[in-house]
Formats: sequence, C-alpha cells, structure tokens
Amino acid sequence: MILQLQKIEKLINSELSSKIKNSSIKNNELIIEIAESDLVDTVQFLKSNESCKFKQLIDIAGVDYPENEKRFELVYLFLSHEHNLRIKVLIKFEINQQINSLTKIFPSANWMEREVFDMYGIKFKNHPDLRRILTDYGFKGHPLRKDFPLTGFNEVRYSEKEKKVIYEPVKLEQNYRNFDFESPWEGTNYIKEIKNLEKDGKKN
Amino acid sequence: MVKKTKSLSLNFGPQHPAAHGVLRLILELDGELVEKADPHIGLLHRGTEKLIEQKTYTQALPYFDRLDYVAPMNQEHAFALAAEKLLNVEVPIRAKYIRVIFCEIGRILSHILNVTTQALDVGALTPSLWGFEERETLMTFYERASGSRLHANYFRTGGVHKDIPMKLVEDIEKFCKSFPKIIDDLEGLLTDNRIFKQRNVEIGIVSKQEALDHSFSGVMLRGSGIPWDLRRSQPYEIYKDLAFKIPIGKNGDCYDRYLCRIEEMRESVKIILQCIERLPKGPVISIDNKISPPNRDDIKQSMEALIHHFKLFTEGYRVPKGDVYTAVEAPKGEFGVYLISDGSNKPYRCKIRAPGFSHLQAMDYLIRGHMLADVPAVLGSLDIVFGEVDR
Repeated sequence: MILQLQKIEKLINSELSSKIKNSSIKNNELIIEIAESDLVDTVQFLKSNESCKFKQLIDIAGVDYPENEKRFELVYLFLSHEHNLRIKVLIKFEINQQINSLTKIFPSANWMEREVFDMYGIKFKNHPDLRRILTDYGFKGHPLRKDFPLTGFNEVRYSEKEKKVIYEPVKLEQNYRNFDFESPWEGTNYIKEIKNLEKDGKKN
Repeated sequence: MVKKTKSLSLNFGPQHPAAHGVLRLILELDGELVEKADPHIGLLHRGTEKLIEQKTYTQALPYFDRLDYVAPMNQEHAFALAAEKLLNVEVPIRAKYIRVIFCEIGRILSHILNVTTQALDVGALTPSLWGFEERETLMTFYERASGSRLHANYFRTGGVHKDIPMKLVEDIEKFCKSFPKIIDDLEGLLTDNRIFKQRNVEIGIVSKQEALDHSFSGVMLRGSGIPWDLRRSQPYEIYKDLAFKIPIGKNGDCYDRYLCRIEEMRESVKIILQCIERLPKGPVISIDNKISPPNRDDIKQSMEALIHHFKLFTEGYRVPKGDVYTAVEAPKGEFGVYLISDGSNKPYRCKIRAPGFSHLQAMDYLIRGHMLADVPAVLGSLDIVFGEVDR
C-alpha cells in the first residue's frame, strides 16, 4: 500500500508540478497541499486520471487556526475504489477568501460544503444552495471556530408566561470546568467568576 | 386546454413515526407525485465535534456511543483506531477478537432494527415485535461486557475496558446458534411477502455511478452492485483472518438493500462464531501504563501505578502531533474519524464522517418522481439514524 501511495505521489508531483505546494506520506496517508485557486483543476485530475480514479469524495473537514495568517484549512478526503487508495487534499486560506465549490464534480459536496459554511463561515463560490444545515433556524455565529465559546451565546427554554419557546442569553448555574493542563500552577479562569468580579468589584 | 395545477408543499416530520427520528422533510407534491424533497436536518445537533475538542481522549470516547445509538461500539471503534494510529500502540490479540465480536453484534443490532422498522413503515407490524426481542438479548450482552445496554463506552485506546467472562462467551455462542432460525422466520414474513415486495421492489433505484457520485457507502453501495466492504478491502483488526462473504445487490432498489442486510446478519453470526472458536487468552488492553490505567491491585501496592492512575484520569495521555483518517465498516456504511492532534491531551479537531449524512443528502434525487407513499419506504432503506446525521 505504501508503495502504491509513493507511486501516486510521484505521478501527481510530475503531472501537476506547478500546483503542488507540498506533499508527504505520514502514518501511511498521503496528503497534498495546493493553492485554493487550483482546487477544481486538481480534483478534476484526481478524479479522471487513469491511475488515480479518486471517484468518491468522502468528507470535507474544516480546521481553524486563529493564530495563523491563513486562518482556515480545508481537508478534502477522497477514496478510490478501483485502486483501493485514499488521498487528502489540503488548502490553506485567509478569513475572507471564497473557495470554489466542488458540487459540479461531486454532487455530494453540496451538504458537506453547507456544513463547513455553517460551522466555520467559509463561503463557497458557485454553490447552488448555501444555507445553514445543522444549526438552528436563525442561528448567529459559526460554532466550530476556536473563538466561539463552548457554552454558546443563547439558550432556549419554554416560557410559561409567553406560552412559547424563547431565546435568552446563556446563564450558567455552575461554571463549566475546563482544566488547563498546560499551566497547572496558575489554575483556570472561570467565565462566571470573572463576570461576578466585574460586577461586585471584589473577590467572591 | 391544459389545466395548470399548483404544487403542494407538505411538511413531513419532524414528528412523524416514519421519519425515523427528527427529520423534517419538505416535500413538493404534484398530486401524489413528489417533485422535490428538501430535508431539514440538525434538530438533534449536539455539537459533538466541538465538545470533543474540549475533552481528553478518554473523555471523548463516550460521545461516539451517542452518534449512531443503535450500534454504539462500531463508532467507538473508529475513534479508538484513530488514536491508536497516532500513538502507535499495539492492541493485544484478545482485545482485537473481543472488539470484532462486539462490532458484529452491533451490526446485527442495527440491521435488525432497520429491517424490521422498514417493514413497519410499509405496513408489517410483526417483524418489529420479533426483532426487538432479539435486540434485547444482544443488548444484555453489551450490558454484561460494559455495564450499560446502549452507551457502552467499552473500547479504549489500546484495547477494551474489561475482559469478558467465560459465561458470556458461551451465551453469545448459544445466541449465534439460535439466531439464524430467527432470521429465517423474519425472512418468512417478509422476503416473499406480496405487499412488502410491492412496496420495495424497483423503488429508490440507485445506479453504480450515482452511488459513487453521492458518496454512498456500506449497504447503499453494495445494494447497487459495487463489491466494496472496508472489512475486506482495507482490513483492520483481525478481519483478514476471518472467512465471510460480502452480499451484493443487483438492482440497487430498496428490496435489494433489504436482502443485503439480511444476508449480512447471517455473515455476522458466522464471524462471531469464528471469533469465539479462536478467542485467545491474554490481556485485553495495552500494558503500557502511559496509555491504559493500571490494575486496581497494583494501585494499592505500587507508587508508580498510583501516579499513572492519577495522571491518566486527570490530565489523560498526550498524543503526538499529526493527522489521521481511520474508517470502519459500520452497519450503515463507512464511518470515519479524521483526527488532528496538536500534541496536547485533547484532540485539536475531530471530524466525524457519518455515512447517514451522505445517504440522506441523496434523498431529493432518490425520491423525485416517486409517489408520496414511497417516501417512508425509501427513507427506511437508507437506514438513517439522526444521532449520526446531526452529530
């Protein structure tokens, strides 16, 4: 299997030499990095080339690195049934960049891209129907970004008074306990305590 | 003169017994013909991926039980394999066998539920009553191994949590001997049943090409005649030593998918029997105490064991930097975990690839031009569980 992967890596590097920024085989998995503008061409090549035939798009995974200049990464996972191989295609880009949609090549990319849009706010060019998919109707924010708090901003409950489900800002009865193992001596700051401190101006 | 008719939109679900959970399907109907289907999902979205980013690897595992909750251990398996691949841990041979036994039990659990509820959707009540009795037996096996019937949390990085008693192995064997008779009974009720065939044959046909384009996997792919099973083509654990067949459909309709599932249950029984026959003795979890907790007796005796125990249950273990994608053949198709580690004790990113997500996406294309009454039949044969679709 590893030999096959090396062969594919060689082939891709020679055929698409100008497009491939980086390629490596780690943990028995081949990953290639390309510029986001070359995405459609590369994927088309991977799908149609005789010795690649990556005919199935398995998934699209977004990743957020807030400290990087190119904040977002998208990893496209492909599978070739004929050659029994997998490949990962990685693109890195900045927060406001739009990415070409793959829906023309793989119809299944439709919902996957909608999910990425929902979770990270990444926009896709030429997508037929870019709506939110997993979050609530009228949801604000993009939950899988690293700067989105785990507890979220709003919570819902049924209001006996108004006889309907209402949205309210999150009120935590108890702090979410997030132990910080990287700096064990300073302990952890809790959101609720910080808020109380600001309010009372004294330690509680 | 042609009379123009307005199409009718109909809300199917989210509280409809045939919606298999919380699917909201907006159908556009021309008379009884479906013109368009727009599935609205996410009503069961719990933010699993976000939660996993905040938990240590050990704490993240139980979330996988809650994805496809009719076959919990198969999901855990994908995550355990991903963490093991990054950590490069060796799993003891007995643990591999136990894992395979319980994954196949999971497959039977899921297929019984799917086959019988699909029958229920098209009007047959009895199969589900018979099937659920068997599911109950299987879930007691889960309970006897892990302590809980559904949310097992049994697989660990490096093996399984606890060894299984000899009596349980015997009981699983007894079940495997008696279960094929039950499959025969279910088949007797359904396979040649006129109504069941009328509702399923040539409904929701998927061609080979379309199955690939829509990222289908598992039975949805095999039902259309593509011989692809990860247990065979990219074998993990001990599957390459086991003898089993992979049933393939011919027409790619709902009926073929039903037949595939029935056959797969028979194959699973064979796999379990082979595993029980060969079940070796030995440890069930990696002996590396940096990853797996020490044994209880040692904690009372050895300082080092105590430290290991404390470190594992507070900080957890650190996983080397890197990214891996591991996939298992879950009952519903390819269930994958794409794990990115930044070298800390928590996953930096854990993308869950749920087979049902792609299958449900194709609903619009599958149902177009069919009658309204075919919607539950197609939905039933897709084998949708909202725990994994919504995540």
